[in-house]
Amino acid sequence: LSHGAGGRAMAQLISGLFHQAFGNEWLAGSNDQSAFDVTAGRMVMTTDGYVISPLFFPGGNIGSLAVHGTINDIAMSGARPLYLSASFIIEEGFRFSDLKTIAESMGAAACAAGVYIIAGDTKVVERGKADGLFISMTGIGLVADGLDLSADKAKVGDRVLLSGSLGDHGVAIMSKRQNVAFQTEIVSDSAALHSLAAAMVAAGGGGIRVMRDPTRGGLAAALNEIALQSELGFHLQESMIPVKPAVAATCELLGLEPIHVANEGKLVAIVAPDSADAVLAAMKAHPLGSNAADIGEAVADDHKFVQMTTDFGGRRIVDWLWGEQLPRIC
Amino acid sequence: MTMGGEATALDGRRLRLHVRGAVQGVGFRPYVYGLATRYRLGGFVANDPHGVIIEVEGERASDFVAALPLEKPPLARIDEISVHPVGAMASEEFCIRASKQGRVSTRIVADAATCPECLSELFDPASRFHRYPFVNCTHCGPRYTIAERLPYDRPTTAMKRFAMCKVCADDYADARSRRFHAEAIACPQCGPRLSHEIQDIAAAIAAGKIVAIKGLGGYQLICDARDEAAVQRLRQRKERDQKPFAVMVGSVDAVAGIADADAAELALLEMAPRPIVLMTSRHRLAPAIAPGLSRIGIMLPVTPLHHLIFEALNSVHKRAGESWATVATSANPGGEPLLLDNREAELRLAGIADLIVTHDRDIVTRADDSVAAVVAGRTRFIRRARGYVPEPVRLAQTVPPILAVGGALKSTVTVTRGNEAFVSQHIGDLDTAEGVRFFEETVGHLLSTLDVEPVVIAHDLHPNMASTRFAEASGKRLIAVQHHHAHAASVMAEHGLTGPALALVLDGFGQGSDGGNWGGELLLCQSAQFRRLGHLAPMMLPGGDRAAREPWRMAASVLHGLRRSDAIATRFAAQPQAARLCAMLEQPGVPVTTSAGRLFDAAAGLLGLCPVQSYEGEAAMKLEAHVRTPRIAKSGWTIEDGVLSLFPLLARLAAEGIDPVDGAGLFHGTLAAACVDWIGRAARETGITTVALSGGCFLNAILSSEIERGCIAAGLSPLLPRQMPPNDGGLSLGQAWIAALKLLEPQGQEGTA
Ligand SMILES: [Fe+3]
Ligand SMILES: [Mg+2]
Ligand SMILES: [Zn+2]
Ligand SMILES: [Zn+2]
Repeated sequence: LSHGAGGRAMAQLISGLFHQAFGNEWLAGSNDQSAFDVTAGRMVMTTDGYVISPLFFPGGNIGSLAVHGTINDIAMSGARPLYLSASFIIEEGFRFSDLKTIAESMGAAACAAGVYIIAGDTKVVERGKADGLFISMTGIGLVADGLDLSADKAKVGDRVLLSGSLGDHGVAIMSKRQNVAFQTEIVSDSAALHSLAAAMVAAGGGGIRVMRDPTRGGLAAALNEIALQSELGFHLQESMIPVKPAVAATCELLGLEPIHVANEGKLVAIVAPDSADAVLAAMKAHPLGSNAADIGEAVADDHKFVQMTTDFGGRRIVDWLWGEQLPRIC
Repeated sequence: MTMGGEATALDGRRLRLHVRGAVQGVGFRPYVYGLATRYRLGGFVANDPHGVIIEVEGERASDFVAALPLEKPPLARIDEISVHPVGAMASEEFCIRASKQGRVSTRIVADAATCPECLSELFDPASRFHRYPFVNCTHCGPRYTIAERLPYDRPTTAMKRFAMCKVCADDYADARSRRFHAEAIACPQCGPRLSHEIQDIAAAIAAGKIVAIKGLGGYQLICDARDEAAVQRLRQRKERDQKPFAVMVGSVDAVAGIADADAAELALLEMAPRPIVLMTSRHRLAPAIAPGLSRIGIMLPVTPLHHLIFEALNSVHKRAGESWATVATSANPGGEPLLLDNREAELRLAGIADLIVTHDRDIVTRADDSVAAVVAGRTRFIRRARGYVPEPVRLAQTVPPILAVGGALKSTVTVTRGNEAFVSQHIGDLDTAEGVRFFEETVGHLLSTLDVEPVVIAHDLHPNMASTRFAEASGKRLIAVQHHHAHAASVMAEHGLTGPALALVLDGFGQGSDGGNWGGELLLCQSAQFRRLGHLAPMMLPGGDRAAREPWRMAASVLHGLRRSDAIATRFAAQPQAARLCAMLEQPGVPVTTSAGRLFDAAAGLLGLCPVQSYEGEAAMKLEAHVRTPRIAKSGWTIEDGVLSLFPLLARLAAEGIDPVDGAGLFHGTLAAACVDWIGRAARETGITTVALSGGCFLNAILSSEIERGCIAAGLSPLLPRQMPPNDGGLSLGQAWIAALKLLEPQGQEGTA
């Protein structure tokens, strides 16, 4: 893609590409805004920027990731995602064919999830002003009456339910970046979680207190944040946390712990003890939760520590890392 | 000790003496009473907020003043005596006056092992303390570990729940008694009781059982140190694979049977703090005690209970030709702090110990056993805790009140008051909730027993340490201190040095001022500032902390650096990740480190000594254990722009089939010589000849003595840690000293170099 000269033709080319890839009645209208009907109830809205490297990884690319990530942020409130908007910052020289692939996978991801990308914008910036492609995405959704999930709602005794194996996305990205291939390719778990979340809400109703998608910072960051907001601690059992062998081996190689590694298709739910079995059963019945597990419980703790009983028997603090994982051993 | 005031023209006048130091709760007043009575003086002695105040009058008052510091009780420490003449009162009687309450500015003394007098009472059938496991007096027994706060009086200790019987009360009130104001006084009639009979405990140990006993600062695990099966069982149950266990013997005579000890080591062993002392092992005990190591940690009985157990073992369970030795290891579950609560201990030790021996005297403050060695004739601490804490480090000047919170592993904290720095006992690692709680308790206990309100909290640069977060949450003014600067400053603080000085810090890891992974640093320290004159040549650290646990990774990193990556997969074929690690080393973005600790790991890994460590420092200790004679490899290092590279040496160690004994000798000798060369060049450039030696690698006795010797031979003045361990246990003292110097700087000159 070029910047400046020929801008008009280029803009048309790009907008044509997106219109085709996202194909819906709103975009076809070619307005600067899209109108839609509002029904009664509470709406949720989220926005997120997607800046990743590499842009293509096993199991997806920045486009599908953006759609999934935005849908998941909405779904974690228990809401049904409805509409998305996307803004693209494209570096001059970016290959049109790559952009096309990305746009198409966004369209496919949205279509599969039953949501529509109804507004968008593209800017091509000079070489060096962006690293290939940045996507900024906003989404809105509708929450059912009476549902009020929030990070400050966990209670002592609640169960911690995890929808599947940890670390797949982060390790897929990192093994690509560090070129440490494994016999079996590690594929990102990038997926839209709203139907899993809906199945859980249907099974657990008011028993679900909090849902989170443990993206950057991993499960450790998600649970530490809930612990802080809800003013309690968590005790986890390492042996209960599913991790794929290839992911575990790569984490070991890189000196990382799966609990700190990013996921893009997993959720963690804090559930009242008497609803936990029903919710876990609903998770296991859903294709995205077939490896779901009860991995621990919320406990009273004035330090608000997340602690994990390790496979060696000791119980240690699962830290909330600020910045990257720095060495500690002196 | 210093003496001040006018002490002339004494005759016929009354003298007032103020004594400062560790003079309360150590039998100082009865001692003064006895001395004054001996010289037929009138007057009084009393505790006051600063120590002890004495007034004497009579003909021989000057003899009294001269004798006072000479004959002091064993646990007393006199820092200062001032003498002033006051008006005579013609009093002929000498008395002990009741303590005045006031602002606290004295201190609690450290716990001390059973004294010879109590020991003879323990085994004297005629004594009322015969076979009583809690006998103590003002010369010995628990102090710091049973004190809740100051003043150190029975109602503020764990003894408050035991009402003294008539005989004890009389002893306690008798100024001529060794138990006058012995706050922990107790006898079989009125004191704490043990949960089991000594004979049953001894029988269990003799039968190969694992016994937990409640000691001074926490629970200990004991088993027969000659019974390999028992020791293996203890390893299994404690889930402690290789880390060495300390050993206890009944008396100093029993040491010769298991270790080659010199006079200095035996003397250290017998001192009142009763540390574990590392000595050359004769390998006479169960091999599982200290696998692959040349040194063994030995301690003597600390409490009457230990003495009773050994007496029973050596008489009832006597073995021909050898005296008893037991394992004596702290009963902390997997790296957590010591247990101190009876119920908690029973709960958590149930799966480890066959027998749990407790008693009803609470441990208020936990303290691990201290560990020390004699290096080049001087005491070197490895872990400073029971018996030494809370003895302060004297600083070169009075400083503002500061709290320094240390690092994250082998933590201690330091609180300053006046010209003293109180370094806490070894707290341990802060990666468990119990560890963090113990850390917080220790901070609280130190601040309240010292009655100090810090104006500043000093902490490490690393953002993810629990200690750093504690500092950040305090709302106080903070001073962040670079890790290795703190290591250097710890030694400088001990030696009363404000700089300028060179500092060689050979350490594992610390976050650098530039965010890098520092560890082998040559610094120039001046007041609160430092400049990085040089560092070890960076090595790749493949897998961060994983590389620190797996020396084979560091060896692979070296092979990669030597362009011999092809050898990695074959040499480390036993490591499932070897091929992938090799691929990873080829990619950009692998972190690097200037760590000296990782250099040891690399050497151990290349020599095949310890591909994977099961405890921190294992590879370096096993490498050291292989040294027969340190030798210097010709052209084994280069120094360029301050960067010391040992790659030529490592290339020799990477040779196929090198004998580990040769390799270990070559590594130690060459590294030491290279360091001396490195320091020497910096000394010539800067004109500074004083050099502080610090960092965890100075726990290595061979490296430490070689560098020290080399420095002296080169005309330099090396300073080594004497009162603190060189590892992260000394960090908090260094942080406090840097913060103090920063606060004392003239306004407007703040900032780091
Ligand atoms: Fe250190
Ligand atoms: Mg998000
Ligand atoms: Zn005594
Ligand atoms: Zn009594």
